[in-house]
Amino acid sequence: MKVGALALQGDFREHLAMLASLGVQGVEVRTPEELAAVDALIIPGGESTTIGKLADLYGLIDPIRRRVAEGMPILGTCAGMIFLASGTTGPDQPQLAVLDVVVERNAFGRQVESFEADLAIAGRDEPVHAVFIRAPWIHKTGAAVEVLASVVDPANGEDRPVVVRQGNILATSFHPELIGETWIHELLVEAVAAG
Amino acid sequence: MTTANTERGTDLVKRGLAEMLKGGVIMDVVNAEQAKIAEEAGAVSVMALERVPADIRATGGVARMADPAKVREIIDAVSIPVMAKSRIGHFVEAQVLQSLGVDYIDESEVLTPVDDNHIDKWNFTVPFVCGAKDLGEAVRRIGEGAAMIRTKGEPGTGNVVEAVKHMRLMNKQIRELAVMDENELMGAAKELRAPYHLLREIAETGKLPVVNFAAGGIATPADAALMMQLGCDGVFVGSGIFKSGDPSERARAIVEATTFYQDAAKVAKVSAGLGEAMVGINIDTLAPADRMQDRGL
Repeated sequence: MKVGALALQGDFREHLAMLASLGVQGVEVRTPEELAAVDALIIPGGESTTIGKLADLYGLIDPIRRRVAEGMPILGTCAGMIFLASGTTGPDQPQLAVLDVVVERNAFGRQVESFEADLAIAGRDEPVHAVFIRAPWIHKTGAAVEVLASVVDPANGEDRPVVVRQGNILATSFHPELIGETWIHELLVEAVAAG
Repeated sequence: MTTANTERGTDLVKRGLAEMLKGGVIMDVVNAEQAKIAEEAGAVSVMALERVPADIRATGGVARMADPAKVREIIDAVSIPVMAKSRIGHFVEAQVLQSLGVDYIDESEVLTPVDDNHIDKWNFTVPFVCGAKDLGEAVRRIGEGAAMIRTKGEPGTGNVVEAVKHMRLMNKQIRELAVMDENELMGAAKELRAPYHLLREIAETGKLPVVNFAAGGIATPADAALMMQLGCDGVFVGSGIFKSGDPSERARAIVEATTFYQDAAKVAKVSAGLGEAMVGINIDTLAPADRMQDRGL
């Protein structure tokens, strides 16, 4: 099994370290040729506009869409979630539009509002620790999307999803890779093994 | 489902934002229009300034924090994080910038220092980046609470020689630390004039505990790729973009060269036909008082 991390910009090395700790081979992916050689892909944290523009410029968007349509498991954290989504509440930016959600970028506010907290996840007995950095949340969810964790919107008390799954597509608003939490990577690896 | 034990402004949250900027380019901008050009070109962040370092150098006088109206204008223009510079030791400028909602403060030698002491950065929720010429400076800044380090280079010169010197020295000093025994580590703390506990951590891990970017004199895509190959986590480009012939094209080319820094054919492709780079300055011709890197040790 070989899992790629999209290495255009962001914390892809931390994701590769997560894979290594699970005994899974991880490789950097910057080109369509490198994409063709992996069984799953991780879109790291970073700046979603930068990652999107470079992916567009280097012809990666359509090949990733094709692989995802064929069932390739894919995980996105933070900027990765934004890139997977079908839209944002703000101006247009390059997105894969494979995950049927609309995200709100910087939903918690600017950097001074960034935080860490313990978060309950559906199907897990213990809460996980989560680091939210200028993080998005999900504003609107399609019917096929399963919500695994939410936070409460202080403005209106509504639940805002921060961990979702749609078949083999996994996404978190926060960064398990920054603190060595491998639970979401384990789900990705399980999806590859099951496929 | 909900969250518990929420904490803001922790080390992890501050250093974490810098982790997200890795492999990216942070560009100096002086207005909303330049900020939009930078974002469109793929910058991971912009640095809001009154004047770019080359102009500060040319104008002389006291260089201060940018006008808050200008910082706000830039914050409102882009969705990427916005940084701004405070003078070294000017903790009130830093308080003002934090209140404006900037995402990172650069306590910068490009502005005129006000104190031999740096800002106590632990006191802030917003993270700080600081410049360093060697490991001692880097570790002193981290000891004061900096969540990100950059080389000082020699700002506003379009000459990358000093940034190269600083990065090479830091790498060498980290390598030397990694092979020291316990007895030698305290000696290193004395020599580097840096906190022992941080040096010990660096000796164990073989790297700084925070992200380290290149800054000071980067003017071309090849300069950016050079600094990346020397082990920097990303690059700041100050005057190099908006003092060049075609800022938009050059900005895009530097972004691409930073991603594909190991691919010489791609660096060649993005460098072709870029037009004029900013006019450079030979470091030897600078008077000692004009060397910004010697401020704030």
